[in-house]
Amino acid sequence: MKSYNCVVCVKQVPDTKRVTGDAMKADGTINRAALPAIFNPEDKCALEAALRVKETYGGTVTVITMGLPAAKAILREALMCGADRAVLVTDRKAAGSDTLATSYILSQAVKKFNPDLVFCGRQAIDGDTAQVGPQIGEKLDCAVVTYLEKLELDGDVAIATRDIGTGVETCRAQLPALFTVTERLGELRPFLMRRVMEFKNAEPEMLDCAAIGCEDSRCGFAGSPTSVNKIESVVLAGGDFKEVSATDDGIAGLVAELVKDHTIG
Amino acid sequence: MNFYRDNKDIENLIDALDLTEVAELREEGFRFAKEYAFAPKDAADAIDNYKRAIDLCGDIMANRIAPLAEETDKVGNTLNEDGSVTRAPGMKLAIELFGGTGLMGVTIPYYLGGLNMPCTVLTACNDIVSRGDAGLMNLFGLQGIAETINSFGDEEMKKQYVPKLVTGEWTGAMVLTEPDAGSDLQSVKTTAHQDADGTWRVNGVKRFITNGCGEVLIVLARTEPEFTDGRGLSCLLVEKGPWVKVRRLENKLGIHGSPTCEMVFTDAPAKLIGLRKRGLITYVMALMNGARMGIAAQGTGIGEAAYRAAREYAASRKQFGVTIDNFPALRDILSTMSVEVQAARALTYYSAKCVDLEEGLTRKFESIKGSPEAQAVRTRMKKYAAFNKMLTPMAKYYGSEMSMRNAMSAISVLGGSGYMKDYPVERYLRDSRIATIYEGTSQLQVVAAIAGVTGGLVKTVVDDILGEGWASAHPRMAALLASLDDAVAYVKGREDAKTYHDLSARRLVDAGIALVVAALFVKLSEKGVAGKEAALWFWLNVEFPRVKAGLEVVKGGYAAQVADFETLAPAVPEAD
Repeated sequence: MKSYNCVVCVKQVPDTKRVTGDAMKADGTINRAALPAIFNPEDKCALEAALRVKETYGGTVTVITMGLPAAKAILREALMCGADRAVLVTDRKAAGSDTLATSYILSQAVKKFNPDLVFCGRQAIDGDTAQVGPQIGEKLDCAVVTYLEKLELDGDVAIATRDIGTGVETCRAQLPALFTVTERLGELRPFLMRRVMEFKNAEPEMLDCAAIGCEDSRCGFAGSPTSVNKIESVVLAGGDFKEVSATDDGIAGLVAELVKDHTIG
Repeated sequence: MNFYRDNKDIENLIDALDLTEVAELREEGFRFAKEYAFAPKDAADAIDNYKRAIDLCGDIMANRIAPLAEETDKVGNTLNEDGSVTRAPGMKLAIELFGGTGLMGVTIPYYLGGLNMPCTVLTACNDIVSRGDAGLMNLFGLQGIAETINSFGDEEMKKQYVPKLVTGEWTGAMVLTEPDAGSDLQSVKTTAHQDADGTWRVNGVKRFITNGCGEVLIVLARTEPEFTDGRGLSCLLVEKGPWVKVRRLENKLGIHGSPTCEMVFTDAPAKLIGLRKRGLITYVMALMNGARMGIAAQGTGIGEAAYRAAREYAASRKQFGVTIDNFPALRDILSTMSVEVQAARALTYYSAKCVDLEEGLTRKFESIKGSPEAQAVRTRMKKYAAFNKMLTPMAKYYGSEMSMRNAMSAISVLGGSGYMKDYPVERYLRDSRIATIYEGTSQLQVVAAIAGVTGGLVKTVVDDILGEGWASAHPRMAALLASLDDAVAYVKGREDAKTYHDLSARRLVDAGIALVVAALFVKLSEKGVAGKEAALWFWLNVEFPRVKAGLEVVKGGYAAQVADFETLAPAVPEAD
């Protein structure tokens, strides 16, 4: 049976469930010091997907993150769960990267490991863009399957079940392929205690932009066309209310109205 | 959520107990680090691992298992027509997860797949497991089966069974109790004989067997028909197979996740564990002592869960315009619950550390026998062996009784709501009730602990905790110890000393426990552990007078419960 080499892209993010008044700086950027840093939840599911591939078919799992040295913490967690290798791409040149530059840098790192399968979380809880995964796939020039829930492999073909909102669809994709994974795939397994003991102080492999062959003009601020104009805190408040009569007509009218303003439908 | 991180009392105790020596003994001078990349290099490394193991347990319990506890309680286990048992969903998942992470082999040596951690760590894990689902502790705690095989089995048996018990692929059971042999295990009737080709065959009926549906069964059976008492009993290992039939799952008051089996053995092929005739006297006693530490921790965990439920409810439930935690009567109940959990935890963890020291020093003594320092090691080993004979039953007795009191109090705090199935506190009460019964009833724990109390060991233990000369700084403790000594002397001086000793034992042991816990609270508050000075003050002002009243009863000499039993407790008249 064929075995597979998997790469998982993960991100350390501020725990947005614990947002306090200090969460945002005056200039509208995130005050990372005020929020505990955690393993992005859907990236954990991506790691689980890769570990299942390794468990079922054999192969390796390499975890890559781009970030500050503090991001080593989540790489150690990945090792404790069963990942074989952990790589930190860290470079001042990467500072200020938007999704385009991030996906470029990560794709360069991924290429170095020549994987059969690449897994990303669907999106990170800080930016919520869901762009980085597919953009990496575009740069790797491979098939991209988003919203992965279940995966089987048959030789060089992936049989993937993905969430399409109103149900699921099963599709086939030629490997190498990239998958973005949602929580519906399942929770990341707990640590293996012996690996906790072994890797609690592990130092991941460190790579800078030059080591993965990045062009400076495509990294960091230089490579990021996105600029944030303004950040606003939008508070949704209750406004007027409208009484709907509890009749078929009343309800049909309400439905028509909601369809019209695109709330439903 | 994490049941370790949200309960600083556990980490504080692990720190204050200082497991440095325990770790050095366990790791045999850290020689394993050369062989295994994961083995610790020094004591700080080992203790860090201990905390991480407890942390992992706290994570799994809080996030994955505790949320299923209600369903497990409701669904329980099912006995199928073919004699197999389908586990409750929470239990199945827990065995998979704990087996997968390595936490089913906390104390097992590295070479058999375990983590080689001390009993103190397993105790903390049992505490956390029981807070989430008390019934799971009965399966999690079956690590004792692997431990028994590891301690007394031969090398081949260890390698064949222990690694699979550690991964959770197999589970085990200690198969002791019979319809006519409960507390009195000497009268076990199940037999084992060797057939023509020398294979041992087990025949008999066993009852109330936790996880009797497991794959590896350690059976207490009579191999020497000429002895009718404990000397005729041996331990045998029987694998699950057509020769063992689970014929009934008990319908129990609580711990519904734990399958309690009635089993029939018919010519079951078996392997002798260790030596003949040592079954009850040596092996089961060792297994039982480990299990008692487990129950002490189970009681602590249930008590913790009950306290938390009650404290949380009292802070939100409003009556007469204020939350009910404003009322002095409720504050009294909740403070008592909180301090008693802390007392049980301190006593249990300290007892576990003493178990670890005895075990580690024994191993060290065996390895340096004949050398000049061997004698000093032996002296300390014997000291902790004596401690454990008293402390283990004390911890089991106090922890289990406390869990029942706390569960009862939690229902008082929740009132009518507590009586309903909508809240978990009624489950805590049902679950706690068994803790005072199995692995030896509270009455039997008192029987086991009393020799130490009347032999002056309480003072030696307090000396060990606080250092000699503590009395001048702690006059109330000194006074209670003097009262205890007086009461013991009074009991010994009576004409009916034997009967009166048995009648008074519980009250004497209660005073002994109060003193040991006070010493631990003193020690912890000296080390600056938050809340312990207040706990000590409560203990001296509330618990000391209570146990002192018990000693007054003893010194009062009243013994009519025995002498005038028929009048005080008249026989039930026969039906017409």
